[in-house]
Amino acid sequence: MSTTTDTRAETTEAAAGSGTPIVRVSVPERSLRSELRAIKIVWRRELIRYRSDRLRMVTTLVQPFLFLFVLGTGLQSVAAAGTHGVNLKTFIYPGILCIAVMFTAMFSAASIVWDREFGFLREMMVAPIRRSSIVIGKCFGGATVACLQGIVIIVIGPLVHVPYNVVMIIEVFFLQLLLAFSITAFGVMVAARIKQMQSFMGVMQMIVTPMFFISGALFPVAGLATWLAILNRLDPLTYAVDPMRRAVFSHLHISPAAQQSLNSGVTWFGWRVPTLLEAAVIVILGVVMLGIAIWEFSATE
Amino acid sequence: MTSPDSNGTSTAAISVRDLVKNFGEVRAVRGVNFEVAMGEVFGFLGPNGAGKTTTINMLCTLAKPTSGEASVAGHDVVTERDDVRRNIGLVFQDPTLDGYLTAAQNLQLHAELYGVQSDLVEPRMRQVMEMVGLWDRKDSVVGTFSGGMRRRLEIARGLMHSPRVLFLDEPTIGLDPQTRRSIWTYIRELKEREEITIFMTTHYMDEAEWCDRIAIMDHGEIVALDSPDALKAGVGTDRVTIATDDNDTAIAALDRQFGVEAKVSEGAVVFGVPAGEEFVPRLFAEFEMPIRSVSVSRPTLDDVFMSYTGTTIRDAEEDQSKHRNRVMMQMMTGGRR
Repeated sequence: MSTTTDTRAETTEAAAGSGTPIVRVSVPERSLRSELRAIKIVWRRELIRYRSDRLRMVTTLVQPFLFLFVLGTGLQSVAAAGTHGVNLKTFIYPGILCIAVMFTAMFSAASIVWDREFGFLREMMVAPIRRSSIVIGKCFGGATVACLQGIVIIVIGPLVHVPYNVVMIIEVFFLQLLLAFSITAFGVMVAARIKQMQSFMGVMQMIVTPMFFISGALFPVAGLATWLAILNRLDPLTYAVDPMRRAVFSHLHISPAAQQSLNSGVTWFGWRVPTLLEAAVIVILGVVMLGIAIWEFSATE
Repeated sequence: MTSPDSNGTSTAAISVRDLVKNFGEVRAVRGVNFEVAMGEVFGFLGPNGAGKTTTINMLCTLAKPTSGEASVAGHDVVTERDDVRRNIGLVFQDPTLDGYLTAAQNLQLHAELYGVQSDLVEPRMRQVMEMVGLWDRKDSVVGTFSGGMRRRLEIARGLMHSPRVLFLDEPTIGLDPQTRRSIWTYIRELKEREEITIFMTTHYMDEAEWCDRIAIMDHGEIVALDSPDALKAGVGTDRVTIATDDNDTAIAALDRQFGVEAKVSEGAVVFGVPAGEEFVPRLFAEFEMPIRSVSVSRPTLDDVFMSYTGTTIRDAEEDQSKHRNRVMMQMMTGGRR
């Protein structure tokens, strides 16, 4: 291979005209470093886009806030009988942490559809980098943005009687990160196939809304009707909501009875699934979907 | 096997052998062959749907050839895709800028994607942006740019990483004449300043004149390939236009007296003869009808296109769009393509 990897400038006088030196640059051969750099660039672009899009910051918070404050307050009197004195807002708070992240991650994944519509995806696709770097960068970017939104929900914890606690915040943050990554990977996987924005948002709504409702974000998962219990255990989001609730509830000062009925945890045939395994479910699904997304983007011309 | 050295002086910038691309039943590119020398401005001319963009996509590794071979900057477009990509700049027909970012951010991002050494990004950016006259707008968000400014910025971006070959797919389509002219000025300046090969497609005849060589493409095949002058000389006839009182009689008389085949175009009688200037005195001396006016013109690339394809580029495009409409109708009515 005789191609140059020389990364120094080669400055030559202009042959004609202004006499200013021509700045010649060279493109290094592809390497692991260039792939990592590409991932970083795609990731950073997501953050720049996010920063410049203030409207999105607000709009993606509307739905979680509605659920938390309007639904949480409105249904308080109905729910009071079964919550053992725990405020309904406190109870649904972990679920809201999840949906705030989900909606943002969905929007982040949608940016790949925008990029395609406005042509910018092509600019990335023809660069001397692997398609996988683009997809990975997108997923990391989406996950980061979603976590930033999630922090807002963490911050408002005391408003719904969830006090600040360092351990809890760290746990919640990492769980959010995993969830955000997996949802973005899912969105990017869908975006590989669906080229129109409207259809993409439609499909995502159609999949994500039932996932959210079935996950137990708004109700305890113990003692459900059999059909719902089965759906609940099959719903990947269940395995994000449950550890989130466990993390929050372990730092609340509430009665054992309340713990028992509200935070009974997800069980497989009577066996309580531990947090680590639940987190693993989310990560594995995320990685699998990321793999499919990479494969799909690499297969397209 | 050509291997480029660091000065960018390998034998051919682009070399293409028997390149074919089929989309299902549609044979978009039907076995084309050509070579582009280093430093050349090479134009692909033809109506929409002739296979120009498909060819360019294969050359810049965006589409895989069905068969045949092509190498760009000394690298095979299929087996050495990344090496090709490092050495080419692309300006597409459709915009590919990030409208949310500023002009400088777009170029910065591009430089980083290509791994341009960071201390050179700034000076190089200044150079390419000054060339297209956008340096003073570098901090404006691209979304606020006009179509012409965006195209200029795309050209600047395509040059950010000092490519050996710059591909321009219809760089002036949809732009006003003034912007088109200025884009051509940049391209010529660029050719003088940098060691670069330019490969472009266009369906504007007047623009093709600026190229060193032109390949005329029609129905997925190259029907002619030479310098604009040689192509025009190859037509072999000058175009003579005369105005008479009775065109039909004039056409019949021309055929009878001189054996030339004339036809009416825009209210005047038009015909081609090998040496126009020499024919005109004969015409005046011998023609049996009064002539009100006469003009002789050298063949244009329109005539070249006409002589190779038997149709004008505009008519060819109308045929294409009719065909497209027909295909769409078939699809809508449930017919198979």
